[in-house]
Amino acid sequence: MVKKLFSLIILALLVIMLLPLMTDFAPFAELSRVAEKYVQKGPAEVGGQNLVTSVIVTYRGLDTLGEIAVLFIATAGIGFLLGKSSGKHKRSEASQLVNTGTAFLLPIILLFGVFIFLHGHLTPGGGFQGGVVIASGILLFVLANADSQISSNLLHWIEDLSGAFYVIIGLLGLILAGGFLDNSILPLGQFGKLISAGAIPLIYTLIGLKVGAELVGILNNMQRSQ
Amino acid sequence: MLLTIILGIILIVLGLWGMLSQKNIIKIIIGFSIMDTGIHLLILSIGYIKDRTAPIMNQAVQSAGQVIDPVPSALVLTAIVIGLAITALMLTYAVKLYEIKGSLEISDFKELKW
Repeated sequence: MVKKLFSLIILALLVIMLLPLMTDFAPFAELSRVAEKYVQKGPAEVGGQNLVTSVIVTYRGLDTLGEIAVLFIATAGIGFLLGKSSGKHKRSEASQLVNTGTAFLLPIILLFGVFIFLHGHLTPGGGFQGGVVIASGILLFVLANADSQISSNLLHWIEDLSGAFYVIIGLLGLILAGGFLDNSILPLGQFGKLISAGAIPLIYTLIGLKVGAELVGILNNMQRSQ
Repeated sequence: MLLTIILGIILIVLGLWGMLSQKNIIKIIIGFSIMDTGIHLLILSIGYIKDRTAPIMNQAVQSAGQVIDPVPSALVLTAIVIGLAITALMLTYAVKLYEIKGSLEISDFKELKW
């Protein structure tokens, strides 16, 4: 009873805290000062069509590195908790529908994932989304082939190398260009083409590989521990 | 947009209520996910400007006055990834806790209670 009262009080406080957002709501008509600068100067400075990508990879690149680190730590925690596999469970074979569907869809899904992270600077998408799409393809593969073992060594190598190269590109920016993770270490190229925006496609490819490998690692751990 | 702000606040309160009142660990994690979604909606609607389009400067966008704020979108993209990682970690803890106690009821775990 007391507990319930406390929860209600906490909820009421939260509502009171959030209510000004609703009551004092004034629709924005103009961009904020920071956003104004990003929108005005972003295409010329960074060379990417997608400004969200420009913000994530270049302007706030350090935050993205931190985000990758958080993802890595969470994956490491999951691997640590589920690492010791407890006895082998025999799983039933997947149905023919799943098997045929996987054989047909898996290459398309992987290709789509690669497409998404390669076009991160041009269209909606990027490394994180592409990595998740690739991991979903691998999930389908794991569902179809119950006894398959994905080499965790290979996953670790992909993850480590892409993470290391990401930091190396950042440090190269410090030496060759204006600052850490500056994308102009490579020529900006023609605006709107696939190979443009300096190092952004390279960085997003590395992020895509890293995120894909990490999520596949989570799936792998969960499959082995069941 | 006022509608998405209201929806976001409803989802945040609903999610927190679920986390506070539910006893099952899986349901608590679901409550967290709902709250997470509400926060994303709230942040996104703060950056939204009426009658403007996504911040992708292709041929359809002539001037800077036609796009919304890219910063909240970037923040939410980050938050979604972090939310995914945290949810996966929490579910792993739930698996481990179930292996130890054979139960997912939060009231069965009294070791850290005072």
